[in-house]
Amino acid sequence: MEVLQLLVSGLANGCVYGLIALGFVLIYKATEAVNFAQGDFMMLGAFVTLGLTNAEHMNLPFWVAAPLAILVMAVLGYLLDFFVLRRLFGQSQTAVVILTIALGFVIRFVAGVIWGHEPQTLESPLSIGDINIGGVVLGMADVAVIVVTVLLTLFLYQFFQRTKLGLAMQAASQNQMAAYYMGIPVKRVQGLIWGLSGATAAIAGILFASKGAIDPNAGLLGIKAFAAAVIGGFGSLPGALVGGLIVGVIEPFASRYFAAGYSQIAPYVLLLLVLVFRPNGLFSQVRVKKV
Amino acid sequence: MSLLEIKEATLKFGGVVAVNNLSLSVEEGEVYAIVGPNGAGKSTVFNLISRFYQPFSGSITFDGQNLLDRAPDQVADLGIARTFQNIELFDHATVLQNLLVGRHRHRKTSLVEELFFAPRVRREEIAHREAVEEVVDFLDLQPYRDKMIAGLPYGVRKVVELGRALATGPKLLLLDEPASGLSVEETQDMRWWIDDIRKQMGITVLMVEHDMGLVSSVSDRVLALADGAKLAEGTPAEVQADPAVIEAYLGVGAV
Amino acid sequence: MRILFKTSYNDDIRLFPDRWTLAVYAALLALAVLLPMLLDEFYIGEVTNVLIWAVAGLGLMLLTGQTGQVSLGHAAFLAIGCYTNTILIEAGLPFIVAFPLAGVITGIVGGIIAIPALRLHGIYLAIATIALSILADDIIVLLDPWTGGVSGKFPAVITIFGLEIERWTMPVRFYYLVLVVTMICTLFYRNLLRAPLGRAFAAVRDSEVSATAMGVHIARTKVKAFGLSCMITGWAGTLMGYYAGAFNNETFSLVISITLLMMIVIGGLGSIHGAFFGAVVVAFLPQALSIAKGAMIGGSVAIPGLETGVFGLILILFILFEPMGLYGRWLKIRTWFELFPFARKDMFRRQKSYLKTERLR
Repeated sequence: MEVLQLLVSGLANGCVYGLIALGFVLIYKATEAVNFAQGDFMMLGAFVTLGLTNAEHMNLPFWVAAPLAILVMAVLGYLLDFFVLRRLFGQSQTAVVILTIALGFVIRFVAGVIWGHEPQTLESPLSIGDINIGGVVLGMADVAVIVVTVLLTLFLYQFFQRTKLGLAMQAASQNQMAAYYMGIPVKRVQGLIWGLSGATAAIAGILFASKGAIDPNAGLLGIKAFAAAVIGGFGSLPGALVGGLIVGVIEPFASRYFAAGYSQIAPYVLLLLVLVFRPNGLFSQVRVKKV
Repeated sequence: MSLLEIKEATLKFGGVVAVNNLSLSVEEGEVYAIVGPNGAGKSTVFNLISRFYQPFSGSITFDGQNLLDRAPDQVADLGIARTFQNIELFDHATVLQNLLVGRHRHRKTSLVEELFFAPRVRREEIAHREAVEEVVDFLDLQPYRDKMIAGLPYGVRKVVELGRALATGPKLLLLDEPASGLSVEETQDMRWWIDDIRKQMGITVLMVEHDMGLVSSVSDRVLALADGAKLAEGTPAEVQADPAVIEAYLGVGAV
Repeated sequence: MRILFKTSYNDDIRLFPDRWTLAVYAALLALAVLLPMLLDEFYIGEVTNVLIWAVAGLGLMLLTGQTGQVSLGHAAFLAIGCYTNTILIEAGLPFIVAFPLAGVITGIVGGIIAIPALRLHGIYLAIATIALSILADDIIVLLDPWTGGVSGKFPAVITIFGLEIERWTMPVRFYYLVLVVTMICTLFYRNLLRAPLGRAFAAVRDSEVSATAMGVHIARTKVKAFGLSCMITGWAGTLMGYYAGAFNNETFSLVISITLLMMIVIGGLGSIHGAFFGAVVVAFLPQALSIAKGAMIGGSVAIPGLETGVFGLILILFILFEPMGLYGRWLKIRTWFELFPFARKDMFRRQKSYLKTERLR
């Protein structure tokens, strides 16, 4: 029974990691860059929702506030690409990496100034009540997280495989010049991807905040999501989710069965192991350069 | 004995046969050209010799040694240098630095000596520089010595890449489309250089080229390749007159 | 504009291309030596801080700027250097032996860690090194018997041939020690750049395929780059430990790793000047901010995340408007004056390249 309990709470946490990792993968798939600020996007999404719905702030109904926050984050992602990242068009991946790390710092600072550094709770209908299934107590929030994550992953997967826009996004990532010649508006496509990943981050943020308190440093969770994305392989959407679940499940079990000092390093040790033995993730893609 | 000998080499990518049971031998001192339509496997042959690809079967020997025993970075040590189809230079370094990397296989100094820049390092550096300057003179690169590659025109880069390969002091030079993208005058220069490389420096040249004018004017023997297999081999005139070659280039019934 | 007339190949190899440059750097060195007579002890401490960051910057620059490998885990190597030095001195070795050895050990550890990391490219390497930085914290705690765990350690007293050096009571002596280390590291860096290994680094950075075809062993070259980079970083870490006066598992955190990387980008990737310019920014930004804050809202109010936030903003502006960093800006200004009035705006225009993936699917 205890194992099951640990498993479910691990899965729910893992879904949040998976959702942030989805954001990484989206941007990686479309631009070959990694948004190191994705975790901070998630935090910002949570705070925007909190600012819209909590009683002491704007006091909007949750079901109005949540879509609004997702929209706000999507627009923010698009604008970020429009004003900042588009200028880096044609520069190295490293530049984007460093830029997004810096962006994370700035977002954390801004969020701290606006909402303060005390942990706050989101007044979310998802966070009320538990379900008891045969002795296993599940938080409503945990169930919601799992359901939403699975649906979102399926949606995005289909989107990339089936829709014209999704295919255009993949094309744009693999060869910008060729995609451009084929009539794909590469820059606009990249903007849309950033918008999409902003929306994903907002969803992750809302779910995360429904599960517990949130503060400006919550974005550091992004580091665990990295582990998730790497374990799953950076180019694969379902891989990101599975990677997130693995990291999420390992954590409670490690802290239950390992000594205190060793438990928190478990996800990173796994990350390093994966990088050493399957450098391109468990769902790997081949990398060979043609000359 | 031939300088380079490929025997019955086969390479597949998934289901695609890139090189099919190919045998060829390059004699010391000759210019040997490989021609063929796009996708015929010409560059793949080069990548086999550079050890970037491992053949499924067959053997490659160079100078009496089994090339398949060597790692990709040991190929240069044997005396094989190459250029690339799409120019692979070190973009954020100067022309001189690029050429000096060509001398890498001749370095003798250790890490610690280099850290302290021991007198031997200085002596070696000057020797490398003298060797590189000969290449600079040969290829008329004097105006570009301290220029960054990233700012140079395409034609000059092509020459720098040739220079870098020459700086290694090779026995065999692999040129992957040396004239592609060059103007008529630049192609002329390239023609003289290839001639001089063979005659003055005594370096054997194996090249892949589309420009039949260049191929027929410099090469001793030509190999026509189609779908990874040998179509015809012989003097440039023989190969150009070969019905199978004409068919591969122009289609059935063109003869 | 000065015209150089070179008469021997040595002219391209020597440290200073001409007498004028030599004179400038000699004057700079003289200023550095005489500085304690010009500034009071507080500012000497600040300058020492700049130099220590510059050494750390040189270490990372060798890896990131020269060899093109991004590391977000260099704080771990700062820590290894710092702890090793202290442990060695506590074991009875004199500082003059322990200090160089600490760097060498850090370098060897770095080289060993690099072996599995070699197969990783770009972002994968960045993420692996992030994990390293996080793990370092936990490993220090786990190695409590040697490292003192959470309660930390005090750096061992420096004695060089009977001469005691202590950061707080004798800041001037400590300054000279740091100055000497800085000069040695800078010299090492310069030497590498003009030797075959430095060129091999650049070759690996710009094109691994053609480096291989030229006979450069990619993996071995990267291990050397990691090792040398970590050696210098280890020395910087030791000095940082002394400068801080005490250190524990949280002293060398991920934030330090990130700051280090940002520092060399702001300074200008791939140049020695860049490491020093970046160090000036990192060392003086907190002071400048607290002065600005004091003037605006009163000094006592604490704003968490202010320093990193402003630092991040500066970095974003640099990447957008001056990707070559402060050193690039400096070059432009200098060229403008040298060519006056013939400088053109597009002289430094960068070539755009288009992204082409190396993924097959």
